[in-house]
Amino acid sequence: MNRSLKKSLFAAASAIAAITVTGGAVAFCGFYVGKADTKLFNKASKVAIMRDGKRTVITMANDFQGELTEFATVIPVPVVLEEEQIHVTENAILDHLDAYTAPRLVEYFDEDPCVMYDRMEMMAAPAMSVGAVDKLRKKDSLGVTVEAEYTVGEYDIQILSADQSDGLAAWLKENGYKLPDGAEKTLESYIKQGTKFFVAKVNLAEQAATGLKYLRPLQIAFESPKFMLPIRLGTLNADGKQQLFAFMLTRSGRVETTNYRTVKLPTGMDIPVYVKNDFGAFYKSMFEQQVEKENERAVFLEYAWDMNWCDPCAADPLSQDELRELGVYWVGGDDKPGIMPRRPMPQARDVFVTRLHISYDAEHFPEDLMFKETNDRSNYQGRYVLRHAYKGDAQCEAAEQYRANLPKRYESEAQTLANLTGWDIDAIREDMNEAGQSFEEPKKDSWWKRLWGNDAKEG
Amino acid sequence: MALSFIKDPRIYQIVTLSGLLAFGWSAHAFEIDPIQFAAIVLASCATQWLGSLLIATRPDFKSPLITALSLTLLLRADAIWPLAAAAAIAIGSKFALRLGGKHIFNPANIGIVAMVLFTDAAWTTPGQWGTAVWFAVLLAGAGLFVSYRSARFDVPLVFLGVYAVLVFGRALWLGDPLAIPLLRLENGALILFAFFMISDPKTSPDGAIARAAFAGGAALLAYLMMFHFYIADGMFYALAILCLARPLLEWANPAPHYRWGDPVASLRSIGRRQPSKTNSTHPVPAE
Repeated sequence: MNRSLKKSLFAAASAIAAITVTGGAVAFCGFYVGKADTKLFNKASKVAIMRDGKRTVITMANDFQGELTEFATVIPVPVVLEEEQIHVTENAILDHLDAYTAPRLVEYFDEDPCVMYDRMEMMAAPAMSVGAVDKLRKKDSLGVTVEAEYTVGEYDIQILSADQSDGLAAWLKENGYKLPDGAEKTLESYIKQGTKFFVAKVNLAEQAATGLKYLRPLQIAFESPKFMLPIRLGTLNADGKQQLFAFMLTRSGRVETTNYRTVKLPTGMDIPVYVKNDFGAFYKSMFEQQVEKENERAVFLEYAWDMNWCDPCAADPLSQDELRELGVYWVGGDDKPGIMPRRPMPQARDVFVTRLHISYDAEHFPEDLMFKETNDRSNYQGRYVLRHAYKGDAQCEAAEQYRANLPKRYESEAQTLANLTGWDIDAIREDMNEAGQSFEEPKKDSWWKRLWGNDAKEG
Repeated sequence: MALSFIKDPRIYQIVTLSGLLAFGWSAHAFEIDPIQFAAIVLASCATQWLGSLLIATRPDFKSPLITALSLTLLLRADAIWPLAAAAAIAIGSKFALRLGGKHIFNPANIGIVAMVLFTDAAWTTPGQWGTAVWFAVLLAGAGLFVSYRSARFDVPLVFLGVYAVLVFGRALWLGDPLAIPLLRLENGALILFAFFMISDPKTSPDGAIARAAFAGGAALLAYLMMFHFYIADGMFYALAILCLARPLLEWANPAPHYRWGDPVASLRSIGRRQPSKTNSTHPVPAE
């Protein structure tokens, strides 16, 4: 008898890779404002937030792809930031966090039904310095105070406070920032709430010195009772919906939004094996379907897990160094990035990661995202299962039964897929047929064929 | 006898809260483990039974059932014990923490506050209510209001009114789109809190003026905590604080204590509205 091979599978499944199909500019919490008249759009962004009490570190990925001279961003921040509170980090860390928390595809290969049912789990792995200038505080005629100016990494940064939104808008325009329509009103709301503004452009000389072709993530550290992410400015110049991935690193447990419903995505379903060829398309359709189902107003939970381990691991948990870089100040900084799948680490790291995915626009998400850390430490992951049928030529009653049940199983997988994605069920069945998941009832041998050595006679 | 049984608003509350729970369950609006629900009900009723035994009265299980339903709808935990403990604290407080012949705290409220404030094992989910569930809660609350309008239904109306004025006022001052305050009001937990928790006649003042101050004060405090101090559980803390301040309000605006089944004497006493004849025997809503 052939026993099925236990194989492992690595299918690129980063939701970022799957969802971000837009290319072009991407916002973090703020909006991009072009210095020339090029219209810039924000579509997807990645943000990691460390939160412990009032302590907050926000890391904002930057996949801006336009001319570097065009890059400019305005981010509302709760306080004036000192130079040491601003940092530039590496893309790789956010990519690792993305990979570790990405929704995953797992694959099972059915055992020979004549031997026993056993399951083997496999998983799909997903893809993937500071210099100072001077500090000054001056208030100009527009009522805008430049509270501080720094050059951090490849960015020229100014921290502004303002009395009036029109003054701030005029100041930004004078300084080459292009504001989307309606920005004044939103800026006014932030100003009245005592918000400061973090504005950044690329310092071309510093950028050239990095030798990198891309912009690195910006980080800010501050203390604030407000646990939130400003998204309102980013919706102003957006053409259609934007995607936001928020990775929350906390001590006590899962993070959810208090002003929007947080929903767990459907998980753990068996889906047809051909989905393996295009998990990205599946995930994108499923996500869009769920967004629709929640009237486009929900925040989706894609992962909630204790950072000590994972099962199955889409990528190794982050090392202590990586966690510290993301602002998790309570973990030690001297371990080696290592292999620690499937089993809790000996020393607890006390880091809980929550991955939230939000598809938003101004109409459905009028208010900034307000968060709350819960004490929920139960694990959740977006996980979709492929079950490969046993292909060997097992000859026993159990095998016949098994084969007879396959069409029913395929049908239920087809239904599941259609429900999750809204895809046409007939097209799904066709694709399944092509991929070898046939809905035809297998021919049944007469029971006496296995009597008196008939099967042996037939050879 | 049968009529007076139906007229007890607690029956209405048990039915509507159970309906909400069933609706939330079937619509997958919230994750509640049936075992957790059973534990909450059991702990509530057991504590009520024990307390009644200690003070030698006949136990009535309507109130603990309402408390249990409120806790099930508003409090979450991974384990069973925090929820059972919340239920025990809630009902226990009715017997243990009393002043002037009344219990001090709203039972479900103090159960939630105690667990959220003093343990790391439970949490509330203020944002977990979809629009459909929000609407269901609003309907249930409105139904309660229509059925028992002669009762002290000024509490949820004053609470929601003051809260709405504050969030809309804030939006107007900030120049925010009105979608923002609307979003804040379309919150199932808020509506449930207003119609099924703070409205409890046993833990709100008996005098109409004191009651308005109580509801309005709770709304103001909840607003301040939520919007100026960013405390997501602000409304629960606000009610607990107002319950502590209630004796003062009652001292300033004295009125006879409410008993289940009482007609609403206090409304009559300020002469604002005479309960109609048909409604005159309606008792008041319960927590």
